[in-house]
Amino acid sequence: MNVPENLKYSNDHEWVLVEGDVATVGITDHAQEELTDVVYVELPEIGRECDAADPVAVVESVKAASDIYTPLAGEIVEGNEALEADPALVNTDPYGQGWIFKIKMKDPSQLEDLMDAQAYSGLLG
Amino acid sequence: MKETPIAALHEELGGKMVPFAGWRMPVQYSSIINEHTAVRERVGIFDISHMGQFFLSGPGAAKWLNTVLANDVNKLGLGDAQYTFLLNPSGGVIDDLIIYRQGEDEIFLVVNASMIDEDFAALSALLPAELTLTNESADWAGMAIQGPESTAIHEKLFPQVELPTRNRIVIWEQDGEKLIICRTGYTGEDGYEFFCPAGSGSKWFKAIVDAGAEPCGLGARDSLRLEVCYPLNGSDLAADKTPLQAGLGFFCALDKGDFVGRDALVAQKENGLGERLVAIQYTGRGAPPRAHYPVCLAGGEPISELSSGVLSPSLKIGIGMAYLPVEHAKIGTQLEIDVRGRRFPAEVVKKPFYKKG
Repeated sequence: MNVPENLKYSNDHEWVLVEGDVATVGITDHAQEELTDVVYVELPEIGRECDAADPVAVVESVKAASDIYTPLAGEIVEGNEALEADPALVNTDPYGQGWIFKIKMKDPSQLEDLMDAQAYSGLLG
Repeated sequence: MKETPIAALHEELGGKMVPFAGWRMPVQYSSIINEHTAVRERVGIFDISHMGQFFLSGPGAAKWLNTVLANDVNKLGLGDAQYTFLLNPSGGVIDDLIIYRQGEDEIFLVVNASMIDEDFAALSALLPAELTLTNESADWAGMAIQGPESTAIHEKLFPQVELPTRNRIVIWEQDGEKLIICRTGYTGEDGYEFFCPAGSGSKWFKAIVDAGAEPCGLGARDSLRLEVCYPLNGSDLAADKTPLQAGLGFFCALDKGDFVGRDALVAQKENGLGERLVAIQYTGRGAPPRAHYPVCLAGGEPISELSSGVLSPSLKIGIGMAYLPVEHAKIGTQLEIDVRGRRFPAEVVKKPFYKKG
């Protein structure tokens, strides 16, 4: 299972990449494999203010719709519009072109609640 | 939670097991889209051992069954299959089932997994003393082999047995086992259903996979059947909806004499259906439609909810079915499907969504 070293991870199988005060969020390789066949992604509303653990996006497979929770509080600044035309990017490139949204962090200390690659790999067992 | 005799093999093959109608069943192996495509283009195999098998026999068995089920048993020659309904006295659907005439008064019935007990009780309550009805559901394993290459699988496995033509059944003995093949299915593709003793279910399932069939789960079974508008009992058929409302009046022989629910159907035909089960298709891209999502008039209020829905893997567009008031059930009626508060434009279209070729 691919778990890049440079990312932070949530218990809900999301990854976070921090650049300055903006965090990019997507779902992990494990999560996309569990979902299989992503056929639709409902992106969060730009400008929306949210608390950590708020459901902000929805990733849908043929069989089910799964909520995506933001691991961090802040303001949504961007959604990955490429997913509207090609939602399967979440499957084929979960840590790259399959990113889901960017959030301007309100409280960067929340990053300390997330796991590093080693801890997340441990969670996957 | 019940398991079919093939459950361990599903897990070995990577099947993702989920609860369905009281059974632990594979929802998918590799991916629903892969499995769906395999059936449309090549061949797939589904475990249908959870479905129920009843055998009815005795003097006048066919004549009696004709007073119970909606379709006309007299139309069945030896070895013929027929889609039919067990209705309640109000004409609502208890179950949809397939019956096969093995002998003049010997009938094999295949019923839905969720309705085995209810069907058996309903039939037994009406059964005359001289007839025998047995529930052999636990004794049989079943699998559906579906897709354009299904005949090639048959020729590999059973070269000595001629594959029956559409809606026909063949029963034979091989190495002391009774085996059954019915040229029927639930996918809109050519194919057949194979029944064998429960104990050899895994052996045959494995042999058919080894012969080239893609193992397929309930996810693909649902998307395949919905593309061709085959109803799922409990979703598209219900105890408070009649087959006439479901658009399946063809399978109700109102002219054959009395049967359970007939009077209600005749009255409904005279007084009007009230609502009809229609096919609804998105007019553009949108979030996958799913069962229970509200169906609204374009720019207007909700008038129903989807009984089934899926993002069609073959057509790559949202499709679903819903019971709509007849005044809104015409082809071309503009609708919106409400997905978590967002509305996606859709319209009533002709059934089925998907046609071969």
